Amino acid sequence: MTLLRDRTVQGLTIALGVMLIVSALVPSWIVNQLLFAFARAIAVIGLMVLWRTRLVSFGHALYFGLGAYTVAMLGRFTGITDAFVLIGAAAALSTLLGFLLGFILRRYRDIYFAMLNLAFSMILYGILVKTELLGSTDGFSVAAPTFVGIAFEDAQDGKLALLFVLLVASWAIAVAVQGYLRSTLGRLTTAIRDNEIRVEYLGYSAEHAIHIKYVLSTLLAGVGGGFMALALGQVDPDSMVNWTASGELVFVTILSGPGSVAAPFIGSFVFEILRTYAAEWMPHAWQMIVGGTLLVIIFFMPGGMWALAMRLVGRGKGHGAEGMGR
Amino acid sequence: MRGPPILDVRNLHKNFGAVTAASNVNVSFTPGETVGIIGANGAGKTTFVNMVTGYLKPTRGAILYRSKDITNMAPRQIARLGICRSFQVSQVFVSLSVLENLLTAVAIASSPGLGMLRPLRRPELLARAEEVLERYGIAAHRDQLASALSQGARKLLDIAMAVVSGPRVLLLDEPTSGISTDEKTALMDVVMEALKKDKVTILFIEHDMEIVERYVDRVIAFYQGEIICDAPPAEALRDPRVQEYVIGVEVQPGAGGGHA
Amino acid sequence: MDTAFTILLDGLVFSSYLFIVSLGLTIIFGVMKILNVTHGAFYAWGAYTAAFLIGLAANAGWPDWAGFVIILFSAILVGLVLGLILERGILQFMYHRDEVLIVLATFGSFLVLEDVILLVFGVDPYFAYQPMALLGSVELGGITRDTYGLTLIGLAAVVAVVCWAGLKRTRWGKLISAVIFDREMSETMGLNVTRVYMVTFTVGAMFGALGGAYVAPTISVAPGFGIDVIVLSFAVVVIGGMGSVPGAIVGALSVGLVRALAVHKFPQFELFIVYAVMATVLVFRPEGLFPPIKLRKI
Repeated sequence: MTLLRDRTVQGLTIALGVMLIVSALVPSWIVNQLLFAFARAIAVIGLMVLWRTRLVSFGHALYFGLGAYTVAMLGRFTGITDAFVLIGAAAALSTLLGFLLGFILRRYRDIYFAMLNLAFSMILYGILVKTELLGSTDGFSVAAPTFVGIAFEDAQDGKLALLFVLLVASWAIAVAVQGYLRSTLGRLTTAIRDNEIRVEYLGYSAEHAIHIKYVLSTLLAGVGGGFMALALGQVDPDSMVNWTASGELVFVTILSGPGSVAAPFIGSFVFEILRTYAAEWMPHAWQMIVGGTLLVIIFFMPGGMWALAMRLVGRGKGHGAEGMGR
Repeated sequence: MRGPPILDVRNLHKNFGAVTAASNVNVSFTPGETVGIIGANGAGKTTFVNMVTGYLKPTRGAILYRSKDITNMAPRQIARLGICRSFQVSQVFVSLSVLENLLTAVAIASSPGLGMLRPLRRPELLARAEEVLERYGIAAHRDQLASALSQGARKLLDIAMAVVSGPRVLLLDEPTSGISTDEKTALMDVVMEALKKDKVTILFIEHDMEIVERYVDRVIAFYQGEIICDAPPAEALRDPRVQEYVIGVEVQPGAGGGHA
Repeated sequence: MDTAFTILLDGLVFSSYLFIVSLGLTIIFGVMKILNVTHGAFYAWGAYTAAFLIGLAANAGWPDWAGFVIILFSAILVGLVLGLILERGILQFMYHRDEVLIVLATFGSFLVLEDVILLVFGVDPYFAYQPMALLGSVELGGITRDTYGLTLIGLAAVVAVVCWAGLKRTRWGKLISAVIFDREMSETMGLNVTRVYMVTFTVGAMFGALGGAYVAPTISVAPGFGIDVIVLSFAVVVIGGMGSVPGAIVGALSVGLVRALAVHKFPQFELFIVYAVMATVLVFRPEGLFPPIKLRKI
């Protein structure tokens, strides 16, 4: 399979090895940062796939939050703690919802697409906030996960185990998405963005392609949310389902840049570090930092952190937000 | 060359509110013929092409392709059946290279369903794309972005993309528009040569009567949504109605421009 | 009977509030095709400025009714200053770019402006109750309400009339209407579209700030003031039709009354019902209940 010879895939595999080793060695607070960063990054990959088709969703916290709440509620109401079962359930539910809503959403573009996603996500938010059974504004706590029967006495050991699982899952997802991006359907992303009518006239339904991309993004958001719930140990509507949570996901997508499947991991980690430091040193300037960074990227660095990193490494020009390339 | 028509248009009408864009259009085409569609702007030529390719739904009437009713089908279904078109303003994928433009076209044509998940740059597709690039004379631009192409090269790419799936009927919408007069014949020579082997039925909309005379077996003239003449070029271009309603507003053959 | 009346009254008050806040948003979208997320910041800045100045005035011994003048003044000041800074400083460089990117830029600006509030006004809440206390309360149909809240209805009516008259009768209004209808055509006819954009954005910002300023005396103005209202304004604007002033009225009424109904009768639905309506409208009539007339470009 040519995927094995793909440079990105090779890079990802090496990175996986490095990260596994590094994770075992770093202090626990970095383990936690990595957990949050990679959980979010998985969701961001999905948004990146959509963005390369020129579609931005202002409401993916719907699926992210659904994934998180699925994990939390399964644990609370059925006592299941196995991480794989929980994440699997999160993925299944969010994908199902994404598939159903996708029939409606695939017909929209631009700002209408963004807003309809937003509306759906706020419906879930409204339901969660007002329903006692679902935790209302306080949310739920999430028990520490077990792994195929193995439980960890030490909380930090459990976190490290979760990180290993998350790293492997991230690698698998990144490789799969890379394969998708190289396929005809994946390359259609750019074609559809450039000229939907021509795609139709060549014999393929652009809406059909968009539906598939959408479902992919909801699957990834659900998985990301599930991992986030396990990593955080709790879920609540404001940090996971509110439009501000969607905004965060969009911000990290732009921050990372659309250049590569690996970009969201870097962008998300930078975001996490930035947030931790801002919370400590300048708690009243966090929004300003995010807003300011967003403006800077839009004006000066449309290719995001990935383009910046590539330029530093000396590899070619950055790909603009609008002129997205490979 | 006689036989059952490959494309049969019956009693086609199209209204846009109070405006009649097509009325009583009855025409059929035999496999392999090359037809020129002429008429002043607004006469109904592009509406005709849009209806045949499924972009517009006729108000009344039927379109039959190889005896199959395609009147209400979507463009993508009609394309898959074997009717393809090029566009007056070239519709290409500007962010992709010339090769990738063609690859995309080839891939869509040859891998329906799950085949879309296979890599885009695979040997069979590359071979076909390269072959078409050669035939249309744009192989030199293979790795250039489509946005960087000259007008003429872009037109060729547009037409090449319509052709990769091996259609039986090809509709070209003003293939030489926007090209300088000297280059028109060069472009049409390339296109016609490339298409000759496959015995494609070609219909093209054209304003330049010289081009029309040079390449077609048959001319169909539109005026105010109706076909006013359907005859071989020599006859059609001398028809008084065509002279008044079409050529009167067109460039006269031999007049103006630097023709050899 | 009482409940129906209560719902109607509360609904009207809330609708009026939504109308004033959303008016600027819909005008800006209609003219510039921009979904201006920064609108929430104009709203917050209007509230903070008004609350702050009213507090100063009260301490300086000014009469309570001066609060109303201050409210109007704050709205104009905030709209003018922030509106111009944003339009000239950021938006004017982005008009040729993707509309979603522009929305993201306004989102970034919103975040920045929200934190600048903290820098300028601090994190403690402001409560400029004077104008509200001045008007007392009134009893209507068996229920008691603050008179101040009811005056919102009057303000909304005034704003609606001023807006309508402005668009239909003044020269600027007609220019703006022309650009809403067809920007390219307007440009071809010699209209200075850039200047229209500048005026539109500033006026829209003023309306947003007015909404915040007028509401300030009724509530404690604290950090995070603009956040919830943004998404509600989106709902209003989507339902009514982006760019339509009558649409903003209809949208505000729909959202306000539906929400009042939910609050009184079905509290569990209160939050999500508005978005359910927004989603429904987007699905069936994405252009809203009063869509802009689209010329067919054959």
